[in-house]
Amino acid sequence: MEIDDIYSELVMEHSQNSPYKKDIKNPTCSVHGHNPNCGDDITLSFVIENGIIKDVSFTGQGCAISQSSTSIMIETLIGKTIKEAQKIIDIFIDLIDRKQVSKEDKKLLKNAQIFKNISNMPARVKCALLAWKTTKNILNEQN
Amino acid sequence: MEKVFKGDFPILKNSKFSYLDSGATSQHPTCVLNDVISYYKKNNANPHRGSYSLSVKATKLYENAREGVKNFINAKSSAEIIFTKNATESLNLIAYSYGLNNLKKGDEIVLSIMEHHSMIVPFQMVAKKTGATLKYIYLNDDFCLDEQEIEKKITKNTKIVGISTVSNVLGTKNDVKKIVKKAHSVGAVVVCDASQSIAHMPLDVQNLDVDFAVFSGHKMFAPLGIGVLFGKQSLLLKMPPFLFGGDMIEYVDEQNTTFAPLPQKFEAGTQNVGGAVGLLSAINYINEIGYKEIQKYENNLTDYAYKNLTKLKFLEVYATKNKENRSSVLSFNIKGIHAHDVSSILDLENVFVRSGNHCAQPLLKHMKVSSTIRASFSIYNTKQDVDNLVFALNEAYKKFKKYIKD
Ligand SMILES: Cc1ncc(COP(=O)(O)O)c(C=O)c1O
Ligand SMILES: [Zn+2]
Repeated sequence: MEIDDIYSELVMEHSQNSPYKKDIKNPTCSVHGHNPNCGDDITLSFVIENGIIKDVSFTGQGCAISQSSTSIMIETLIGKTIKEAQKIIDIFIDLIDRKQVSKEDKKLLKNAQIFKNISNMPARVKCALLAWKTTKNILNEQN
Repeated sequence: MEKVFKGDFPILKNSKFSYLDSGATSQHPTCVLNDVISYYKKNNANPHRGSYSLSVKATKLYENAREGVKNFINAKSSAEIIFTKNATESLNLIAYSYGLNNLKKGDEIVLSIMEHHSMIVPFQMVAKKTGATLKYIYLNDDFCLDEQEIEKKITKNTKIVGISTVSNVLGTKNDVKKIVKKAHSVGAVVVCDASQSIAHMPLDVQNLDVDFAVFSGHKMFAPLGIGVLFGKQSLLLKMPPFLFGGDMIEYVDEQNTTFAPLPQKFEAGTQNVGGAVGLLSAINYINEIGYKEIQKYENNLTDYAYKNLTKLKFLEVYATKNKENRSSVLSFNIKGIHAHDVSSILDLENVFVRSGNHCAQPLLKHMKVSSTIRASFSIYNTKQDVDNLVFALNEAYKKFKKYIKD
C-alpha cells in the first residue's frame, strides 16, 4: 500500500489543525474513548437537540489516524439526525472491516472514505475506529 | 569477523524484515524448537501423576528443567524455583501470597517508577487491600534512578521494594545490588523483575541477594507460557499457596487439605512440561554462547544503534548517556509526530518495532511523553537491522516533515 493513501494532506491537516478540537459550551452529553495499547485517548462532546446532532467537538491526544478520523467523523456527522448518524457509523465500520458497501452508502461517508485501506495496516484499525465506535455507543444510549 | 547468530533462528534466517521487538518477546533458535517438538513426539505424559514409565519420563524432564533454572540463576536449591506461566503470574503470586499476608496499614511498598504494569498493578492491589502506602523512586535527568530518591524513599516502614534489572522502556540498567543492601538494612524484602535482562545479562540471585526474582521464558528464546519465580526458601516456606487444586496437595479430606512441600505447593494443576523443556533448551543455548559473548555482541550493536540514532537531529532519544548503564533497549520519538504513525511507516519498511506506552504508563506520565517508539535488540540482530531502522526513520521523517509544528 502507498502510505500516501493514509497519511494524506487531508488526514494530516485534520490531525494537526482540526476545527473541531476544542471545548464546546453546554454539551448535552460527553463520552470518553481510549485505546489502551497505543494510548489514543479522546473525549467527545455532543450538543443533541430534538434528535439532531447540532454540534460536536473533541479533546485528547493520539496518533494522526485516531485524531484525524475523529475530526473527519465529526465533520460528517454534524447536522445529521441520530438515525442518520447511526447509519453512517455502521457504513464506516463495514468499510473498515472490508465488508461490501454500496456506492450510495459510500457517498454518505464523504471524506471518511479515505480510511478505506486502513486494514492494510492492521495494527492501526483500532485507531481509525476509536471515535466511531465510541460515538456509536453513546448514540445508542440516546434513543 | 564477528559471529552472526541470525542463522540459528528459522523465522529470521531468510526474512525480509528486521525484528526489533525482542523486548516484547524473543524468537526461537532451532535447538529450542527441536527439543519442544521432540518432547511432544516422544515423551509427553502428565507429570507427577502417572504410574507408568512415560509419565515418569515427563516428570523427570520437568524436574531437570527446574534444576537447570536453579543452576542458571545460581539459586541454592531447586525448591526455590517455581514454574509459572510468565513474569506476571510470578509477580501476582508474590503479591497475593506474600504481600497480602505480610503487610498492614502504615507499611510501605517502594517501586521504581520504571516498573512494568505487571509489577505496579499487583502491588497496587496489595496496597489497597492492606492499607499499605505505595511509593515510587523517580528518575534523575539522565534516565536513571536518582540515588537520593533511593535513599529517601526506602525507610524503616518499607516492607517490599520492587525493582527491575533493566527498564523495558529506557533500557537503563539498575544497580539492584545497591538497592537490595538499602532495602535489607531496613528489613524490607526485594522483588526483582529480571524480565528484560534475562536474555542479555547473567542473573545471580545469591550474589544480588534478592528475596524474589521473576522472569518469562518467552523473552529468553523459550516458548510462550513458561515463567519462573525464584524465592528464598525461608520465605516460600512461610507463604500460603497461591493457586489451589491438584498436584499441590499431600492429603485431601472432605473439609481439609495438607499441602505438598516446595516447590509443588505453588504449582497447582497440570504443569507446562513442554514449556519447561523449551526453557531448559534456551538456557543451554544461552550458556553455549555464553553471556560474555552475548554482552559483547549486543553492547557493540546497541552502541552502534545509539550512535546512529542520536545523530538524527529530528529524533528525541530517551536513554542514559552513560554507556555502562545502557542495555539493549532504546526508546525515542520523532519530535512532533506520534509514535504510532512513525511505527506504521517503519512497519511498511519491514522494520518491526513497538510503539505506545510499553505497559509502563506511570513512567511515561512521569517523563511527560504519551508514547515512544522502542527498538529492542537481541543476539540475532545485526548492524544491517540498525541501518534498516535508521533508513526507515529517515523515510518517516521525510513523509511527516512538512506537518511538524515547531
Ligand atoms: C520489565 C518487564 N516486566 C514484566 C513483563 C511481563 O512479562 P509477561 O507479559 O511475560 O508476564 C515484561 C514484558 O512485557 C517486562 O518487560
Ligand atoms: Zn493510534
